[in-house]
Amino acid sequence: MTTATRTSVDVLVWDALGTVLDPELDQPITDLGFVTEVRVREESSSACTALVRLRLPTYFCAPNFAYLMVADAHDAVRGVDAVTGVEIRLEDHFAAEEINAGAAAEQGFAKTFPRQAGGELADLRLTFQRKAHLACLERACRQLIQDGWQIERLARATLSDLCDGPDAESLLRRRADLGLATGPDARLFVDDHGDPVSAEKLPARLRFAQAVRVSVDGNAHFCRGLLETRYGTRVPKEDAR
Amino acid sequence: MYSKDGENYFIVDGHVALWDGSPQNQANRYGKGFIECFYDYHRNLSPAEWVWPLEKFMKYSEADFVHDLFETGYVDTAIFQPAYLSDFYTHGFHRRDAALALCGQYPDKLVLNEAWDPRYGEAGLERLEALAAAREVKGVKLYTAEWKGDSKGWKLTDEWSCRYLAKCEELGIRNIHIHKGPTVYPLNRDAFDVADVDDVATAFPGLNFIIEHVGLPRLEDFCWIGTQEPNVYGGLAVAIPFMHSRPRYFAQIIGELLYWLDEDRILFGSDYAIWHPKWLVEQFVDFQIPQDMQSEYGVLTPDVKRKILGLNAAKLYDLKVPAEASASSSTDRVPA
Repeated sequence: MTTATRTSVDVLVWDALGTVLDPELDQPITDLGFVTEVRVREESSSACTALVRLRLPTYFCAPNFAYLMVADAHDAVRGVDAVTGVEIRLEDHFAAEEINAGAAAEQGFAKTFPRQAGGELADLRLTFQRKAHLACLERACRQLIQDGWQIERLARATLSDLCDGPDAESLLRRRADLGLATGPDARLFVDDHGDPVSAEKLPARLRFAQAVRVSVDGNAHFCRGLLETRYGTRVPKEDAR
Repeated sequence: MYSKDGENYFIVDGHVALWDGSPQNQANRYGKGFIECFYDYHRNLSPAEWVWPLEKFMKYSEADFVHDLFETGYVDTAIFQPAYLSDFYTHGFHRRDAALALCGQYPDKLVLNEAWDPRYGEAGLERLEALAAAREVKGVKLYTAEWKGDSKGWKLTDEWSCRYLAKCEELGIRNIHIHKGPTVYPLNRDAFDVADVDDVATAFPGLNFIIEHVGLPRLEDFCWIGTQEPNVYGGLAVAIPFMHSRPRYFAQIIGELLYWLDEDRILFGSDYAIWHPKWLVEQFVDFQIPQDMQSEYGVLTPDVKRKILGLNAAKLYDLKVPAEASASSSTDRVPA
């Protein structure tokens, strides 16, 4: 393998890692500064191993979210054609050893923490996908209200009423994650299950969505700040979404 | 007491500690990791001139404590919120003997809360009774993510936990401070979820549940519970230092809290020694919701600040407030 192709595999691995989100912060681990290093090692003419080092804002970050990110990173990098072997190494975390071994063996969370977990992480992921959707929905509605929409009319708004842009893209992505309709005629303001929210219930739901948005954004600020302090580095793309 | 622009503020610091996180006391790598994590909080959100060297931060003296809180920090009364972390620190993180001695020296300025852990079962209940018999106990601090052998935490709704809460009610310990952490069984669930607070707040209407750090990182869930349960309060420790580095974010936090809970259920706390009360008090009194957010969140009046900085906690802890710092009768927050 030449240097040029190795570099391009690096780029592909970084791109793949860019699809891995911190479920709690709803941002890519690459934007959050969680990826310390990507190293691609040539094993033979037809095999190369990608080594990825990950770090988190604190030693005690919740192990369930940490596991999801390590396992998702495995899946994402394994999906890169040129890569035949993957090693994801979470570092400086109280449960790094268990998480790295468990995710590498694809044994699932419950087996990784045998006496401490009561099941897998699908419900946890779903809870946070719903929060992410609600936060994105609030941003979209806030924009519409700024553009002159009355709150009462939002119940009838469809996705075609959104202006193109990062906020609309984020919302569509979160809807797709939850299996909600993404076509232009689909109702904008729907609940966790995709059912439209009535005009009477909408203001209260929107107000709660605002609290969710403030919380998710705030946690991201805090985690970025802690990571910068912990490692003495500046995390770029401060407000990327 | 703090005075500015003709307004007086009685200061109750609802969350202080006297800890020993020094290497001599660290039982393992977790103890080292824990105090380093605290230190990063300290360094990340303090103004540069308030950052201590790590060595001092790991173990500071009683003289530092008295000086920082009472001599320079404007604190009228401080409440110790103990965390033992016995699996991480050989002699416990909280220096109870030293804190108790300070309480003897400053009986009008210090409140010493106790802690319990439902996993100690009957023996822990007896200990709690003995503590309450020895001196008046007004509150307890509970850290649900504390490790104990294989167990990495517990829930307020656990059967034994409810027995401890009933015992608190019986003993007149009314203030239950709760701190959520990252490792509560089962680990596959969200350990920061505050739903168990909702259940016990309904089951024990005679107790006050003060959620430390206003439920962060689950502000929204905390707000939702706070709006349904009148006996749920929010402690501002960890949230309040954001007003220095991220004032617009802090404005949204305090704005959300005032919207969902109202101004009578938010309590100031420095989380000393993570943050120093002097700059927190000064900056909070000077703080205002940015103009472009005021149509949504209103403004913070001196009366609202007075309640948050001391009067709300004074009510929960039956503290005597000097007349010159009592709430004025003027109307409070300007509605949005």
